[in-house]
Amino acid sequence: MTTRILIVGGGLAGTIVANGLCRQLGRELAKGAVNITMLGADERHLYQPGLLYIPFGRMREAELFREQRKVLSHHVYFHVDPATAIDVDGRTVTTASGKEYGYDYLVLATGSRITPEEVPGMAEGAHWFYDLAGARRLREALGVFTGGRIVVNVNVPHKCPVAPIEVTFMLHDFLKERGLWDKTELTYTYPIGRLHGLEPVANWAQPEMDRLGIKYETFFNAESVDPNARTVTSMEGSTLPYDLLITIPPHKGAQVIENSGLGKGGWVATDKKTLHRVGSNNVFVVGDTTDIPISKAGSTAHFEADTLVDNLVSLIQEGCMAREYDGKVFCFIEAGLNRGTYVWFNYQVPPNPVPPSRMVHWFKLAYNRMYWLSARGLM
Amino acid sequence: MAERKEVDARGMACPGPLIALISALKTVEVGDEVEVLSTDRGSNKDIATWLNKAGHQLVESEQLADHIRFLVRKLR
Ligand SMILES: Cc1cc2nc3c(=O)[nH]c(=O)nc-3n(C[C@H](O)[C@H](O)[C@H](O)COP(=O)(O)OP(=O)(O)OC[C@H]3O[C@@H](n4cnc5c(N)ncnc54)[C@H](O)[C@@H]3O)c2cc1C
Repeated sequence: MTTRILIVGGGLAGTIVANGLCRQLGRELAKGAVNITMLGADERHLYQPGLLYIPFGRMREAELFREQRKVLSHHVYFHVDPATAIDVDGRTVTTASGKEYGYDYLVLATGSRITPEEVPGMAEGAHWFYDLAGARRLREALGVFTGGRIVVNVNVPHKCPVAPIEVTFMLHDFLKERGLWDKTELTYTYPIGRLHGLEPVANWAQPEMDRLGIKYETFFNAESVDPNARTVTSMEGSTLPYDLLITIPPHKGAQVIENSGLGKGGWVATDKKTLHRVGSNNVFVVGDTTDIPISKAGSTAHFEADTLVDNLVSLIQEGCMAREYDGKVFCFIEAGLNRGTYVWFNYQVPPNPVPPSRMVHWFKLAYNRMYWLSARGLM
Repeated sequence: MAERKEVDARGMACPGPLIALISALKTVEVGDEVEVLSTDRGSNKDIATWLNKAGHQLVESEQLADHIRFLVRKLR
């Protein structure tokens, strides 16, 4: 009998799971005892962290993409046919083309997406860089920016907890290089009472922003944007005028999750250690789409995916789970255009960033190139 | 009937309990409750301040042996 593993979503988490399974289940795949199918929404795999560099002209668009079939092991049956309904009781997934896929194990890896439309006026009045169209528009806006008020407005939930701080420091360096810093007032807003969710990162960022002359406002969650008056107003009752508004819009999980009744907002209730969907023993959740209150980041997706691969292999070969996810997250943080730092932490160990250096910045740039090795499961 | 959503943010350094709470409030209806369990002292003190600013209700907060439990009602 063949064990069918169905992976929905071919982003970072789904791809690492698929390739990791192929590496460890070579014998079973050769015998036809295991079959791995992936349903994706796109022929191309997007390297999302690269989007941060697009508005500043520091990365070419072509560098962001690879053919998903080339990133995946040839053992994986990959279909560009997005899931439209997931029935965990009936153990089937229906797709846009009308096909039905059965499974023995289901892996939900449909990620998260920006939803600027959730905040009235945001889609019309704001810029962002969390998708390619937005990053292009922001590049154009920065190209013609001659000075004025820039607001970097962070909303939750969002993926990549450090990108908002990185873009702020990169903006400072970019404007300084162009001789525009003296004509610019840059304000960073954050939803809670400090400048970052991670206290040590907040403690590092605040004096750095003071030193550079970057203004900030805390307890600011955008409630509405007025594109005509060019103002952004928070739930907490504050209004900021802007000439250029750069938002990290709030996120949701995939629509198919919500439509299938698997979680409000597209977030699937997930066991933080086993990564089981709560209530299913053959459905696993990995990457941004879990509801675990932990950073939605590529490294989280990676460490979760590694755990899941070991557990699925162990379930198939030995009938039991192998290990638990320990909550590990690792993030590089750009502290400008030429300096970087990093943090790591897990459920037990709190984060502690190191002082920024050129070397860490170079590591991050090197990692940008190594992403594809990690998606292939080679790193 | 009002529903209650649970957010176990114990041991979660990032994004932290207040961000987890704000995110969770966005997925529930007005009148529903969100229960947050937290060990992060840094943002625990922010929860009451934020609820006050944003106009939601802190129904209960309780210091337990190794964590704090907050019960919040969405009001707007
Ligand atoms: C600007 C930016 C900078 C970032 N920087 C960093 C960084 O420096 N470090 C870091 O660790 N992380 C970073 N991230 C976050 C990181 O990219 C994500 O956390 C990571 O990609 C999550 O992996 P995932 O597989 O869960 O989701 P994704 O990689 O988003 O993959 C989800 C996939 O599911 C597909 N999908 C959705 N719906 C369906 C459907 N119905 N059927 C089939 N397929 C579907 C999507 O098309 C997508 O391919 C950044 C993100 C952005 C946007």
